[in-house]
Amino acid sequence: MVKSMRHMCLNERAVIKAVAANRELGRRIRDMGLVPGTEVLIVGRAPLQDPVALRLKGFTLTLRNSEADHITVEMEG
Amino acid sequence: MSENITVALAGNPNSGKTTMFNAITGAHQRVGNYPGITVERKEGTYKHNGQNVHLIDIPGTYSLTAYSLEEVVAREVLVDEKVDVVVDIIDATALERSLYLAVQFMELGIPLILALNMMDEVKEKGIRINSARLSELLKVPVVETVALKGVGKEDIIREAVEVARRSGREWKPLETSYGPDIDPILTGMTHMIEAAYFMTQQYPARWIALKYLEGDEKIIAAGRQIGSIAPKLEEMAAKVEDICQRNYNSDPEAIIADYRYGFINSVLRQPDVLVMESHQRFDKSDRLDKVLAHKFLGPIIMVAVLYAVFHITFTVGEYPKGWLEAFFGWLGGTFTILLPEGLLQSLIVSGIIGGVGSVLSFVPLIFIMFALVTFMEDLGYMARVAYMMDRVVRLFGLHGASVMPLIISGGLPGGCAVPGVMAARTLKSPKERLATIITAPFQVCGAKIPVFILLVGAFFEQSQAMIMFLITLGAWAATLVVSRILRWTVIKGESTPFIMELPPYRLPTLRGVLIHTWDRAWQYLKKAGTIILAIAILLWAAMTFPQLPASQVEKFEEQTKAVEQEVVAAAVQENLSDEDKAMLLEEKLSEIKAKQGEAALEYSVAGRLGHAIEPVMSLAGFNWQTNIALIGGFAAKEVIVVTLGTAYSLGEVDPEEAGSLTERIAADPHWTLPAVLALIIFVLLYAPCFVTVVAMARESSWNWALFALAFNTGLAFVVAVIIFQVGSRI
Repeated sequence: MVKSMRHMCLNERAVIKAVAANRELGRRIRDMGLVPGTEVLIVGRAPLQDPVALRLKGFTLTLRNSEADHITVEMEG
Repeated sequence: MSENITVALAGNPNSGKTTMFNAITGAHQRVGNYPGITVERKEGTYKHNGQNVHLIDIPGTYSLTAYSLEEVVAREVLVDEKVDVVVDIIDATALERSLYLAVQFMELGIPLILALNMMDEVKEKGIRINSARLSELLKVPVVETVALKGVGKEDIIREAVEVARRSGREWKPLETSYGPDIDPILTGMTHMIEAAYFMTQQYPARWIALKYLEGDEKIIAAGRQIGSIAPKLEEMAAKVEDICQRNYNSDPEAIIADYRYGFINSVLRQPDVLVMESHQRFDKSDRLDKVLAHKFLGPIIMVAVLYAVFHITFTVGEYPKGWLEAFFGWLGGTFTILLPEGLLQSLIVSGIIGGVGSVLSFVPLIFIMFALVTFMEDLGYMARVAYMMDRVVRLFGLHGASVMPLIISGGLPGGCAVPGVMAARTLKSPKERLATIITAPFQVCGAKIPVFILLVGAFFEQSQAMIMFLITLGAWAATLVVSRILRWTVIKGESTPFIMELPPYRLPTLRGVLIHTWDRAWQYLKKAGTIILAIAILLWAAMTFPQLPASQVEKFEEQTKAVEQEVVAAAVQENLSDEDKAMLLEEKLSEIKAKQGEAALEYSVAGRLGHAIEPVMSLAGFNWQTNIALIGGFAAKEVIVVTLGTAYSLGEVDPEEAGSLTERIAADPHWTLPAVLALIIFVLLYAPCFVTVVAMARESSWNWALFALAFNTGLAFVVAVIIFQVGSRI
């Protein structure tokens, strides 16, 4: 199943399918290792559900939902 | 062998780069800023077998693009300062991501060493890294280190010296593939660049071509300056962009990044390079975050932690601050006795000692606050604060990391905007940081409190605590609303991407925290001190000159003589003891002295200014005494109380105990309720004290500091006028 990263639930695991952001945002996303093929796990959400914290490539990252909107993921299994 | 070599320490933020820098250089380091910007620059030296190794700590970055200030600086240092070797400090627990920066150094071709840091954590996590094999595959020397314990620092230096010797300043760019759509054009562009010697003095040809394809603003702008083949290169880059959009619905930049990660993966997937012995090992940080970043517990703990930071800063800091103030008080007293009464005494005691004292008394606060903030930042907690608060403050155009500077500035009443503005350094987003710096002085700092207590005490005897609480809420409202407006107008633009690492919790070393803190305090003293002293003297002069004309002074002297005679006569008549006589004399004389003080102040430049602006300021209900006090408040807000005292001819008023002034003001029919409310709001919002202004200029630019000065005062005036005018009509 393919969906936007924004809609991932806590403790859900998925693989990044595509990143549809360019310029500065796109660069930041890629610099931090969020590229297609990367496995991510949602490890937390801030008190107001936003930003989201996720684990990938052995470290933890946080980004806003508005930024997660640009990332499409494919659910495992 | 006698030639010096220059080594740059590079790496991701939180990779332990600065810790390693401290471990290598120890006390032999200098800290400054890159000219004109607030990015910190650290340099140091190390002797290795009689050879001087010059170390530069370049800003932590995840990439070598040209978006953030840090990245631009990192790149410029490598090229402009003839760096011989780059040591890339790598957080080995996040090897894949960390290598992304390393690959970009390899593309640039600069001699490189990889330092796999945090090898102790790697082992703890059950990860095995074969560094010899990694070195072989990447064709780059690799050393294993634990920066916190200083492990591997000699290896780094030894390798650096060796690599510098072997490479002889020759750069060998990595030539990896970026796929069939990019490779041919990249090669074509590279040949063109080589043939035209286009910027090849500074950068390798293939790298320049790559930057054109990536749309790197800095390189493209530099190319346009030169002209030559620049338009042709841009045209070719545009063509590749078209192809990529058509074929993959993506831009070349993204494809290049994908291939970089692909290259990294092709290395890490080789047998034996990287082995995860267990996938789900116990992770301390994740456990801690279950509590510290928990939906409900997280914010509660955060408030407690922030309160503790605040409390420690201002209660512990109060002691050394008190000692310094006492010392300067004593020094002032000594000079008052030593020097004959007159201008020189006044200049030295009120102008210089008072001015220097005001600068130095902030140092303990800055020191303690920075020690705590550095500790929390290095610990990894600040990132969690930003994470939890971001959603709320984002509504106002700020960033999660704006919260801490605002609280230090007085978000909890009694803070201080000077360390607050300086704490905004932890904010990496330029627009959000500027908005934070400009609005932080609205908070209720410790110096505004005596002013509010005076005014609240005079008019709201019943509900003092309530009013103080409302003032604090008002300060927050002002900060948030104004920053929202600023971010819609003068600092408008999309918010900087928030994406940031939540680094694992790591206990920082005391040494690292102290070095960092000391640097800050010293910079504040050195740079700000001189300007602040000059302004202190200027303010002193404005409140002293011109002096009362001789005829007026004579009048006061005559009065003094008359009083003396009067007292002598009264003493004889009423048969007073010597003690009573002295007391009576003292009382009468201080009355005259206070009157003379009021007259002198009124006659001075500041006094005239107070009168001159009365027609305007009376719109907000302020009389000339208030105007002078507000001018004096630019030196420090508590000076408002002192100056009001002089202007109301009460002589010296202790701002902490201004009871008599409270009565005096309460009795003055001029002070109606709307006028007092207008003054409270005005004091809350108007120009930050000049120490803050200097700090703002250091953290942004003089233009923005002066903007804040004018804007905040203008805003304060408008709001005060509205309150007074509307209030007076109800």
